[in-house]
Amino acid sequence: MAEVLSKTQEIQSGGSVFWSRILGHQGVLIGVTIVAAVILIALSAPLIAPHDPYHQDLMNRLVPPVWDARGSWEHIFGTDHLGRDYLSRLIYGARISLLIGIGAALISGLIGTFLGVAAGYFGGRVDMVVTFLITVRLSMPVVLVALAVVAIVGGSLQVVITVLGLLLWDRFAVVMRSSTLQIRSMDYVAAAEAVGCSTTRVLMTEIMPNVVNNLIVIATLEIAHAIILEAALSFLGLGVQPPLPSWGLMVSEGKDMMLFEPWLITIPGVALFLLVLAINLLGDGARDITAPENRN
Amino acid sequence: MLYYTLKRLALAALVALTVSFISFGLLYLSSDPAIAMAGETASDADIEAIRQLYGFDRPILVQYFDWLQRAAAGDLGKSYYFRTDVSALIGERLPTTMTLGVCAITFAILLSVPLGVAAAIRPNSFIDRIALFLSVMGQALPSFWFALMLIIFLSVSLRLLPTSGSDTWLHFVMPTVVLGYYAAPAIMRLTRTGMLEVLSTDYIRTARAKGLRPWVVLFKHALRNAVIPVVSLAAVQFGFMLGGSIVVETIFALHGAGFLAWESITRNDLPTVQGLILVFSLFYIVLTFFADLLNAWLDPRIRIN
Amino acid sequence: MSNRVLNVENLTVDIPLATGVLHAVDDVSLHVDRGETLCIVGESGCGKSLTSLAIMDLLPKKAIRRLSALDLGGESILEYSEREMSDVRGNKMGMIFQEPMTSLNPSFTIGNQMIETLHRHKNMSGVAARDLAKKMLEKVGITAAEQRLGQYPHQLSGGLRQRVMIAMTLLCEPELIIADEPTTALDVTIQAQILLLLKELQTEFDMGLVLITHDLGVVARIATRVAVMYAGQIVEEGTAQQIFENPLHPYTRGLMGCIPVPGKTKRGEPLGSIPGMVPSLIGEFTGCRFADRCDLAKTVCRQSDIRLRDPKTKIQGYRCVHEVKDLANNGVA
Repeated sequence: MAEVLSKTQEIQSGGSVFWSRILGHQGVLIGVTIVAAVILIALSAPLIAPHDPYHQDLMNRLVPPVWDARGSWEHIFGTDHLGRDYLSRLIYGARISLLIGIGAALISGLIGTFLGVAAGYFGGRVDMVVTFLITVRLSMPVVLVALAVVAIVGGSLQVVITVLGLLLWDRFAVVMRSSTLQIRSMDYVAAAEAVGCSTTRVLMTEIMPNVVNNLIVIATLEIAHAIILEAALSFLGLGVQPPLPSWGLMVSEGKDMMLFEPWLITIPGVALFLLVLAINLLGDGARDITAPENRN
Repeated sequence: MLYYTLKRLALAALVALTVSFISFGLLYLSSDPAIAMAGETASDADIEAIRQLYGFDRPILVQYFDWLQRAAAGDLGKSYYFRTDVSALIGERLPTTMTLGVCAITFAILLSVPLGVAAAIRPNSFIDRIALFLSVMGQALPSFWFALMLIIFLSVSLRLLPTSGSDTWLHFVMPTVVLGYYAAPAIMRLTRTGMLEVLSTDYIRTARAKGLRPWVVLFKHALRNAVIPVVSLAAVQFGFMLGGSIVVETIFALHGAGFLAWESITRNDLPTVQGLILVFSLFYIVLTFFADLLNAWLDPRIRIN
Repeated sequence: MSNRVLNVENLTVDIPLATGVLHAVDDVSLHVDRGETLCIVGESGCGKSLTSLAIMDLLPKKAIRRLSALDLGGESILEYSEREMSDVRGNKMGMIFQEPMTSLNPSFTIGNQMIETLHRHKNMSGVAARDLAKKMLEKVGITAAEQRLGQYPHQLSGGLRQRVMIAMTLLCEPELIIADEPTTALDVTIQAQILLLLKELQTEFDMGLVLITHDLGVVARIATRVAVMYAGQIVEEGTAQQIFENPLHPYTRGLMGCIPVPGKTKRGEPLGSIPGMVPSLIGEFTGCRFADRCDLAKTVCRQSDIRLRDPKTKIQGYRCVHEVKDLANNGVA
């Protein structure tokens, strides 16, 4: 009867996927829609932005958004303290968020996958060293180190991407290590080795295809992580530098006027929140679809 | 247990040493500290003088061991900006950050563990949905933005709480909520899955077959086992929180170590930044060390071997 | 006081699944008398474990239990609330599970886990409880009992843990013990010891014992009566002697053909096997559940549900349309 029961549980957990419990099966759908929309907006920014995001118009500073009595359709989301069109800045800001998220996840994904797969596949000393490196990395306070490095090297887009990329590889390494360990013990890997496949070949044809699902899930979640960190760094003035329209920077610039013009921080904040939420929904959805038993 | 403790201690020491090297090297490799110290208007001669005075002209390893030796004795050098001992400076600011951290992790645990347990007892129930909703929101909410929103609503609109400073306990309420809310989703999710897993084990069935009261089954037999991984996570989150305190302290102008970090970073005060990275890392290492010991102590399978 | 320890009538367990309702247990009636051992046999998935959990009222939440009678020690516990049931469990009836390695809580000592049972049901604590726990451990053949009380489950071997489980179940001197494959996870040599121990203790405490197993060798050694389950139903029930010497239902006969009997089975002769597979229990099912694998199946077998019927002996019941004489003449094995 044990089998029947475990099958029951399987069907139960497979059917009621983590996020979809809150949002029905729409969780992933919402995630995909928002992410796709943001990507589209970012790609076509020059076409759809109503104004030049860098153009200052000191005569029209702090125009409120259209839903305010004083607002106008000329500036749907109003203008900032330098008279720049807020909607256009928001649209161009999507580019920065996505660029940093994807860029940082690429770098950290390469480092983390390399370390994790090596540790899981070779085991022994290699594993010990990698595990040690992960511990060391986790011991370093991310925000503090990132801020310090950006402060010294200077806050360009490339620097922020590199710094975040070099700091966020820990989760990749941890997950890739355990997935590889799991695949490593499978018979078909032993079989490939037994027929004399080279290590590279085994890694590329047997290990990688089977860990790629987990890799995608972690990459998604790390993109969200990097985006939120970039916003925090920029907010503190030590990330992307003005006049670039980073959403974190926009919140920071609006902060001094937030008591009188709260939309200055609510608009970029909500944009950030929605994007990160959507990416997370996507990542968790992907995890549920590919491996329902790995939930958490 | 003794062997385990010693092994774990050796690892912690090795990690600490590596971290100290990285935090030292990070700031020295990325630029010339003499230029940073002298400021942009200084002449070449000034820079050279500073370089010699602080010994920046020596090989990096020599400088490192020199620094490490003094750091081990509690001397982290002098702050360029505050002109006082870095150790004294950090020591003065640390209590505020610690208070904040303890409040925040307590808040996070009090919020997420009961929610996680309740969610696990009745999967798919209303409370489970609430818990999941909060965790989804919590993970996507940028803490700096959440802090600003709280200020707008609680301080400005409702006039309930002071916006900045660290004079009374009321000043700690919003920072605690912001910092704690950041750690809560992970703890909640782990409690929930851990509890779900434990509740389906054979020994819980045994406990029920013995006729034990439901609350004994739940709180003695289940929670005791589910809580073991949560302890580790809470320790890790506590460590991360101290790092995250930099954002929160800056916004709420809490004069703790995080605020000090922001001040010294924006002023290129390298010794202070270095000292802070070292202290935060060491704190994390010590914390996870004790968490592992606590874990081993909670789990007889590790304790008695 | 009645001699009948357990009486179960018309037990049905349904589990709603995404794909339909799983009729895991269907119309199972059984009874156990004081001092009697009832063995429930059947292959994995036939519903025997769920039957035992249903008696204890420990089914998974999703499962739906239906019964027309459930009596323990002559008293109906069918309408008992969860609270009243928990007073009965561990006290008047105890259960021993298949997996001794995972059935004890790893975080508490043996003593702690034994004493909490006494505390719960007998309001005993302190030295008195500890002494009784120690006495029980000694009774199940554990040496250095005092020391064992302070140990954690992971420090004991599988066989020892199962002895601890037995001792723990006996603490409150229950009228009924249900043992769900108590020896399956153990080494063969330990299996025999544990079974003998159970048998001894049953006689000593004059309990009813329900032993669930798929091991016919075990059944032959310790059963008073046997119930054979197939696909959620009892297909045959009778004394051990009747079942082994004169199996009636084609499934039972097939089962008997699968075990080698010293003296009867010739060297090199293949053992019997039952072709085909157990039918899916999801959805509605009409007719004999064994029909697809039965040599004697006729159209009538599939047309309507078949009731358990008593042959002349009145003790041996079987669920088949064929008459006893037809079955006896058609040796399956």
